[in-house]
Amino acid sequence: MAETTSSNMQASTFWRDARHKAGENKLTLAAALILLLFVLVSLLAPWLVPYDPLAVEPAAALKAPSLAHPFGTDALGRDILSRVAIATRLDIGMAIGAVVLSFVFGTATGAIAGYFGGWTDAIIGRFMDTIMAFPLFVLAMGIVAALGNSIENIVLATAIINLPFYSRFARSEVNVRRNMTFVEAARMGGNRPFRLLAFHIVPNILPTMMVQGSLNLGWAILNAAGLSFIGLGVRAPTPEWGIMVSEGASYIFSGEWWTFVFPGAALVITVFCFNLIGDGLRDIIDPRRRT
Amino acid sequence: MKIALSFAKRIATAIPSIIGVVVVTFLLARALPGDAAAYYAGSSATPESIAQIRKALGLDKPLWFQFGDYTSRLLHGDLGISLSSGQPVFHDLVTRLPASIELTLCALMFAMLIGLPLGIAAATRPGKAIDHLCRIIVSVGAAFPTFFVALGLVYFFYFRLGIAPEPLGRLNDTYFSIPPTITGLYLVDTLLAGDIQAFWASLSQLVLPSISLGLFALAPIARIARASMLASLSSDFCRTARAMGLSRTRIVYGYGLRNAMLPVINILGMVFSFLLGANVLVEQVFAWPGIGAYAVNAVITSDYAAVQGFVLMMAILYILLNLMVDLAAAAIDPRVRYDG
Amino acid sequence: MSVPLLSVKNLNVDFRTRSGTVKVLNDVSFSLAKGEILGIVGESGSGKSVLSYALMGLLDDNAAITADRVEFGGIDLAGPTSPLASIRGRELSMIFQSPRTALNPIMRVGRQIEDVLRRHGPVSRANAKAAAIAALARVRIPDPERRYAAYPFELSGGMCQRVMIAMALSCSPSLLIADEPTTGLDVTTQAVVMDLIRDLVQETRMSAILITHDLALAGEYCDRIVVMHAGHIVEVAPASELQSHFAHPYTKGLFAATPTAETELEHLASIPGSLPDLRGELPPCRFLYRCDRRQPDCQTAPIPLRPIGGDHSVRCRHPL
Repeated sequence: MAETTSSNMQASTFWRDARHKAGENKLTLAAALILLLFVLVSLLAPWLVPYDPLAVEPAAALKAPSLAHPFGTDALGRDILSRVAIATRLDIGMAIGAVVLSFVFGTATGAIAGYFGGWTDAIIGRFMDTIMAFPLFVLAMGIVAALGNSIENIVLATAIINLPFYSRFARSEVNVRRNMTFVEAARMGGNRPFRLLAFHIVPNILPTMMVQGSLNLGWAILNAAGLSFIGLGVRAPTPEWGIMVSEGASYIFSGEWWTFVFPGAALVITVFCFNLIGDGLRDIIDPRRRT
Repeated sequence: MKIALSFAKRIATAIPSIIGVVVVTFLLARALPGDAAAYYAGSSATPESIAQIRKALGLDKPLWFQFGDYTSRLLHGDLGISLSSGQPVFHDLVTRLPASIELTLCALMFAMLIGLPLGIAAATRPGKAIDHLCRIIVSVGAAFPTFFVALGLVYFFYFRLGIAPEPLGRLNDTYFSIPPTITGLYLVDTLLAGDIQAFWASLSQLVLPSISLGLFALAPIARIARASMLASLSSDFCRTARAMGLSRTRIVYGYGLRNAMLPVINILGMVFSFLLGANVLVEQVFAWPGIGAYAVNAVITSDYAAVQGFVLMMAILYILLNLMVDLAAAAIDPRVRYDG
Repeated sequence: MSVPLLSVKNLNVDFRTRSGTVKVLNDVSFSLAKGEILGIVGESGSGKSVLSYALMGLLDDNAAITADRVEFGGIDLAGPTSPLASIRGRELSMIFQSPRTALNPIMRVGRQIEDVLRRHGPVSRANAKAAAIAALARVRIPDPERRYAAYPFELSGGMCQRVMIAMALSCSPSLLIADEPTTGLDVTTQAVVMDLIRDLVQETRMSAILITHDLALAGEYCDRIVVMHAGHIVEVAPASELQSHFAHPYTKGLFAATPTAETELEHLASIPGSLPDLRGELPPCRFLYRCDRRQPDCQTAPIPLRPIGGDHSVRCRHPL
């Protein structure tokens, strides 16, 4: 594998190139803007929403979308728009939390395994292989069932099942760079192995790892939402997109489609935007890996 | 002989995975918050019966002893008793497994039958409509949560259009008779029993769940098929084939496609991981009597023996499926065949 | 003077790319007699491979090919009714560099030869295997029955190249184009492969075009040599004549840069500058900015390929 040019890019040409590529790819830019909007909503929602997401009003139950309730109301008369908006923080938060956790631990273990090799590599590799021996969602279910039904454990389970993804990638990236000249130079400068790893090699693989991270965000949301759909983690009346779809599922047979479509659409849009941004980032940083 | 040896080596690599899986399921069960024995004893247990269960399950013995006990029980097919059904977990799982397998197989066939031709057509007609369609499906299909697709399809095709049957499982037994169990797959058993009506009924019950489950798997299959076909067609050996005057059909299928299949087979591992997991979600929506629905119920009712059995069974199934994928890759690619 | 097998007059190839039109070949004209081995030499990027791809019809759709004449055995290859698709592999064949990647990696080599045989048939299934083994024997592959069932990764580079030659010659074409067939092979194997090609050409009175950047190789195996630079043919001469009486400054530079057994390291000269950017405006002589003999009149008008005696032509206003 040839040396990646990104390691030698100067900061100024990087941003110039990024702006050029972002301009070329209007779709990615649009996705980034939508996501920014979602992040703003997640931060400001409690002050922006028209109704209290937890306020129960039986008289207004299952009303179709209207001017008063743009997304309609659910079985307990709660405004769905407000609930979807409030849930943004929880869903995006769970995904980011899980990805950050697995990113940090995955990169660390992978870098150590890739640099030191030998027994360390074998043990870490065996650990990751064991995780990968399970269908990942099934393992997440098992972890949440074992550790307890809470939101923290959903995040933890999602983080654990994503670990091998980052670990293996970091391992191969570090392996490739281990004998490169810039590492040799730093080694000659008297850096001990861990300093070498932490301050020279890992910063060099960070851009490409972040691409993996952004590509992984969408999957993390789907995982967390899937777990809450089957009743794990999030408990009523907490608004969260997965559990809202699950609550709305019973009403397809009576035609109240808005109870599950709007939270589902929120999921679709968020995942789609994360995927597009991930692809866009990869085109800027690592264009050779595109499929 | 050399081939048989490398195949045996491949099969042998599944063993450490199985051991790892058994260890993890054991540890997960031991990580239960609170008193494990209380969970196994049930909700109406008295302190005496809990103590009895603790002794019976050996939970007062050292960990390694418990592990030995656990593995020996596994080898006898003893996965404990389910709290909700009162039956042995193993029996519950085995009776429900064929339903899940049938659903997963149909979803896989849907994903392959649509995804492969789509990706290949997109690669052989770059820039045309089919190429754009493929790219749209790949990016959009990867964004839809499986449970949302399932609900959407039911709402649209059953509630609005009325062309899909009621989503209440594999076969409506008021109108049709369930075939005698030979393989457990209704599509096969109905044909074997000669009951054509039941065959079509089973098939129509399978359509929406298979599409819901298969849609998310379709995206990576189409994407990889397109990418590897493009790479294959622009490769040196395809150029040689063109220079030698081979027909376009021969080049596209005999040279391009066959080489393009290798990355597709490699991605099947990831696809199976997804299918076995998302099975759970689809079975929930369609009231499918498979092990996924069983597991969801078990998780909600804290039926830990059942959850543990489910995780273990899915993992073993996944390991076997991966082994088959590995062997298929070796069958297609001679370069892979000869290394250990 | 017999009718040439291949006659090319004013062949131009442009690549349409996002960053502009690349004028890869310009005013390429040459002819090839029956039984002749023609060498095309030039540095990487001179257009020699593009020329061969254009002749075989292997270029992508973004290539615009125009020519006054491209005649092969009396057939017009340049027009819209060009039968290239049906005579490829049969009347004219091509072999490539990097033979191991040029063969299908997951198909046995015997099967690949059979594919070519049965395509240009009529060879029945039963006879195909025997014919393939015979083809392998013809290129002097030892133990051809066993090699028939081999995969490319089980064979050495030299053997893979011989397999490709077997495929290319299986239908006895009248012209074989060899695009850098020995690049990447070790020197001994190079000689073996080139000797094989020469012997087969002489046995069957086939013509061959040898494309290479190795001037010494061309000198040893070719009857006539065409020198290309940046999409132009700059000189054409019989091999011996070229070596002793080269006329174009670029040819002089090429010879000076080619080491012989006697050359000392300090005396190795390189040609200054690099190939011009083939997008944008180009001077009539594309060697202009690298030439130490340039004159004002080199920039005024297009320079034709002019004969300077015997079979020797040069595209230069001030040849050596």
